[in-house]
Amino acid sequence: MRGPALLSWIIWLPIGGGLLVLALGDARVRLARWVAVAVALATLLLCLPVWHGYDHTTAAYQFVERLSWIRQLHAEYYLGIDGISLPLIALTAFMTVPVVIAGWRVIEKRVTQYFAAFLILEGLMIGVFCALDALLFYFFWEAMLIPMFLIIGIWGGPRRVYASLKFFLYTFLGSVLMLVALIYLYLQSGDYTIAGFQSLPLGLSEQRWIFLAFLMAFAVKVPMWPVHTWLPDAHVEAPTGGSVILAAIMLKMGGYGLLRFSLPITPDASRELDWLIIGLSLIAVVYIGFVALMQTDMKKLIAYSSVAHMGFVTLGAFLAFDIQGATGTLSGAVNGLDGAMVQMVSHGLISGALFLCIGVMYDRVHSREISAYGGVINVMPKFGAFMVLFALANAGVPGTSGFVGEFLVILAAYKANFWYAFLAATTLILGAAYTLWLIKRVIFGPVANEQVAAMKDLDGRESVVLATLAVAVLLVGLWPAPLLRTMEVSVQHLLQQLSISKIPAG
Amino acid sequence: MILNLHLLLAIPMLPLAAAIIAGLGGKLVGRAASAAVTIGAVGVSCLLSLQVLYALLHGSSGFDGTVYTWLVSDGVAMRVGFLIDRLSALMMAVVTFVSLCVHVYTIGYMHDDGGYQRFFAYISLFTFAMLMLVMANNFLQLFFGWEAVGVVSYLLIGFWYTRPSAIFANLKAFLVNRVGDFGFLLGIAGVLYYTGSLDYQAAFIQAPQIAAHTLHVPGTAGWPAMTTICVCLFIGAMGKSAQVPLHVWLPDSMEGPTPISALIHAATMVTAGIFMVARMSPLFEQSETALSFVMIIGATTALFMGFLGIVNNDIKRVVAYSTLSQLGYMTVALGASAYSVAIFHLMTHAFFKALLFLAAGAVIIAMHHEQDMRKMGGLRLRMPVTYWTCLIGALALIGTPFFSGFYSKDTLIEAVHDSHRVGAAYAYFCVTAGVFVTAFYTFRMFFMTFHGAPRLDHHAQEHFHDVGWSMKGPLIALAIPSLIAGYYTIGPELFGGFFGGSIKVLPAHDVVSEIARDYHGAANFAERSVLGLPLWLAMAGVLSAWHFVLRRPDQADMIQKRAAWLYRLLVNKYYFDWFNENVLARASRGLGLALWRGGDQAVIDNTLVNGSAGAVAWLAGRARLMQSGFLYSYAFWMIVGLVLLLGWFLVRV
Repeated sequence: MRGPALLSWIIWLPIGGGLLVLALGDARVRLARWVAVAVALATLLLCLPVWHGYDHTTAAYQFVERLSWIRQLHAEYYLGIDGISLPLIALTAFMTVPVVIAGWRVIEKRVTQYFAAFLILEGLMIGVFCALDALLFYFFWEAMLIPMFLIIGIWGGPRRVYASLKFFLYTFLGSVLMLVALIYLYLQSGDYTIAGFQSLPLGLSEQRWIFLAFLMAFAVKVPMWPVHTWLPDAHVEAPTGGSVILAAIMLKMGGYGLLRFSLPITPDASRELDWLIIGLSLIAVVYIGFVALMQTDMKKLIAYSSVAHMGFVTLGAFLAFDIQGATGTLSGAVNGLDGAMVQMVSHGLISGALFLCIGVMYDRVHSREISAYGGVINVMPKFGAFMVLFALANAGVPGTSGFVGEFLVILAAYKANFWYAFLAATTLILGAAYTLWLIKRVIFGPVANEQVAAMKDLDGRESVVLATLAVAVLLVGLWPAPLLRTMEVSVQHLLQQLSISKIPAG
Repeated sequence: MILNLHLLLAIPMLPLAAAIIAGLGGKLVGRAASAAVTIGAVGVSCLLSLQVLYALLHGSSGFDGTVYTWLVSDGVAMRVGFLIDRLSALMMAVVTFVSLCVHVYTIGYMHDDGGYQRFFAYISLFTFAMLMLVMANNFLQLFFGWEAVGVVSYLLIGFWYTRPSAIFANLKAFLVNRVGDFGFLLGIAGVLYYTGSLDYQAAFIQAPQIAAHTLHVPGTAGWPAMTTICVCLFIGAMGKSAQVPLHVWLPDSMEGPTPISALIHAATMVTAGIFMVARMSPLFEQSETALSFVMIIGATTALFMGFLGIVNNDIKRVVAYSTLSQLGYMTVALGASAYSVAIFHLMTHAFFKALLFLAAGAVIIAMHHEQDMRKMGGLRLRMPVTYWTCLIGALALIGTPFFSGFYSKDTLIEAVHDSHRVGAAYAYFCVTAGVFVTAFYTFRMFFMTFHGAPRLDHHAQEHFHDVGWSMKGPLIALAIPSLIAGYYTIGPELFGGFFGGSIKVLPAHDVVSEIARDYHGAANFAERSVLGLPLWLAMAGVLSAWHFVLRRPDQADMIQKRAAWLYRLLVNKYYFDWFNENVLARASRGLGLALWRGGDQAVIDNTLVNGSAGAVAWLAGRARLMQSGFLYSYAFWMIVGLVLLLGWFLVRV
């Protein structure tokens, strides 16, 4: 397709804008802030023509840009989107705006570097979702770690060095194995196009190794149990904006990777090893649900809640084969994949909103401990209303986005195996228990202490940020049809790929 | 008359719009306007609902259509849509009428409360959610309404959020309801699994085929599909309609302001489970096992929750236990396949129980927020309107002939008597014995509050004031249907085929038409009650209450001392709360802590993560020693390497 290279614009505009902000320097902080907001908004606006022009009747990649990149390695600058990447790109562009606005006054040291880091991060993350060349994907994937590492390491809390290292090593270790798998695939197929990998015939044992290598990379990102322990530490130490991006977008990389790489490149290994993913996902839902219950640090609680909610993404993504086994057809698995995708978008909005809410409280009281609060709604009624809304969304109440994905995944799980649905549905109880118990202790009750008594309700800037997210959470909850329609054909295409064995005949 | 979508849409949307205006309008809207807007909206909703009911009674065929498509996944269109037939129209009329009464009553009850405006927003929002629930034509919207009423109930129980007891109660209510919803959702998933659709009609049409299936459940021999679905759905009803053992939240919900106790926790939301099962009658009819389960749970609730009303001294809690018991009655009727009787009792109960709650609320306000009946007494002359309307409510509740509750309760007991289902004998015993218990606790409350010598303490005595007309008006408005609704509607509603196709009963289960054979008009029905047991049991209950409360209170004390263990059992509510708090909740917290400290921190982080980091460090330390700088050391390792390499080649060759 000819025309303005929209995807490149969406990737490089925030990166360029980030460099510009960096160049402005801390001497021109006021200007730098406005530039940062303008760039974030402009990137979001650029997503509109993409969303609008996207043709949801075809699974073919759209808005494709293809240039030679590293000729010796047959690597290309190859971009394009389908119904699986588009919602995540929109989510990334959408969530960056509140993050930039939320950091407006709160960040006091190295202000321009802070904004620059987030803008550059945004471009790199969108790059991950757009890349159709595996080497380009890997470039964005790894590059993305750098700004996040800096965000946690520079603007983080007291144990930020430990947390940022843990974050970096965990994710990097996983990624290295993925690189090995990608190189192996390159040697087999002759170039790095992901589509080429997807159509490459592979024996079962090859697939198994590749699947496990991918799994290491993606499971850490999601994060799946038991490689999730970096997340609570990273969240606790990260500044508010870092937590928001981490929860809202970076975790989605793992889910996206499973859908884009693991399933279509190694369908036979996925079929063989799906029990592993399903088992780990259900552990995430149940085990982590109980762990979240006992957290005393609000950010850790939401971090664990994220692990449990992302369990629905991995569960929904890998139900297909069991559904085929139980019902004889793969078509029933669409609910699961749809649910996984919606859950990613929804979790992005809700967890982001909750981390912003915790940030609002932290800015006033400088504590993340649940016990430092109580009766916040008495002094911050507006804030309390938002927080209760997002908490209900986190508990998966219908009418909010949190319900849609879980509902679809549970419906799909029932088709695969009654017990899957049974265990997954415990989230109704556990999710409500840890989220609303948090609300009971922090928001409701009499004013707990003088610091709480001195809290001031939301200012205009904070209200706008939270209201925007509230509208999004309700919109996706009340009318998810457009979102589903966008990804419908691509999800069906993915299922089609799963239905065909890649093991060479004979 | 053809029902059009816009008219139907206006019925739930008006209260929603009013709730948004009152809730988000803040000072811009103000107190008076909030009350006016919400009352106006619910009033119009009520009129429109009555119009819909009227249209359905005069030839309209109802409505079954889509409002909008929520999403399409896997070719399954999940929609928001309305099914308006006589069942939903009756529910809409009851919900909006009681809601309107409660709205008006709120003006007086919440007059001095800082959250006046917020309260109006919540009750209007509740009305919207409840209407969406009863108007649904598919399981998705049913679940939406189901959870939405739960959320508003959560917000309203915790309305006074600075009270620790209130925010304990609302969390408890939400979680216990979520246990029910857990089952409910699995039931819905089962329906989708077998029918490939979430629409009621698809499920109803395919019900006999589903019943022929066996659900494959790994680890078991397979479960009968329809029984599994129905039991799962009913677990949802057990949460919402507070059936044993998921009843524990309802008494605590009394922490909320009294108007919502009347609206949500007596007349409407708690009956959602009853409504749902009646709505699903085509499914439940296919599973004898599920219906027996329903009946036994209901019977247990009906009798054993009634006992708890006897020992309580909090006026609201007595009414709350009465509600539990009456919900049990309705559930028994469902289990006996007498769905229409359950709905009939739901309707009459909505009127007289809302009335009793509002009367109790009037007493509480008059007494300046005193709820302990031991500090009341002799209020008969000081608040006559409340006294007389409360008497009507009490007489209706215990089933006095010609009162509304009489007709519904007597047909209910008769229906159970005619049922031959497993558990029917037990259920019959429970509901019959329950009549005595009901009469006893009801009049114990009534006598303690209104009769005898005043026992008001100094504070109440000084601040006592009868309530205003905004509160008396709704009492009278509810007293009228509590008195006459049964007499005028039993004929058409139960025996005149009122529900038509909206309730389906297999001929072999049809106990209602057996009763119909002996039915010769409402007056005759009342006259014949002299020949039956329930009337005499009710009279005995009233007389006993009179004896123990007014004539010989010392004997009541004596019995309490003699049967101390029984008294303790009842005062501790059969130890359900104790078990939940000390066993279930404690075990969950313990498990959470063990998984966190043991699993995440000890095993994963310290052993695996930091352990592997430690292992690398250890290995690196060892490897470092090899770089000693001594030539002989390097030479030695070179020889070792050479030997190994050669050895490998030799083995390969």
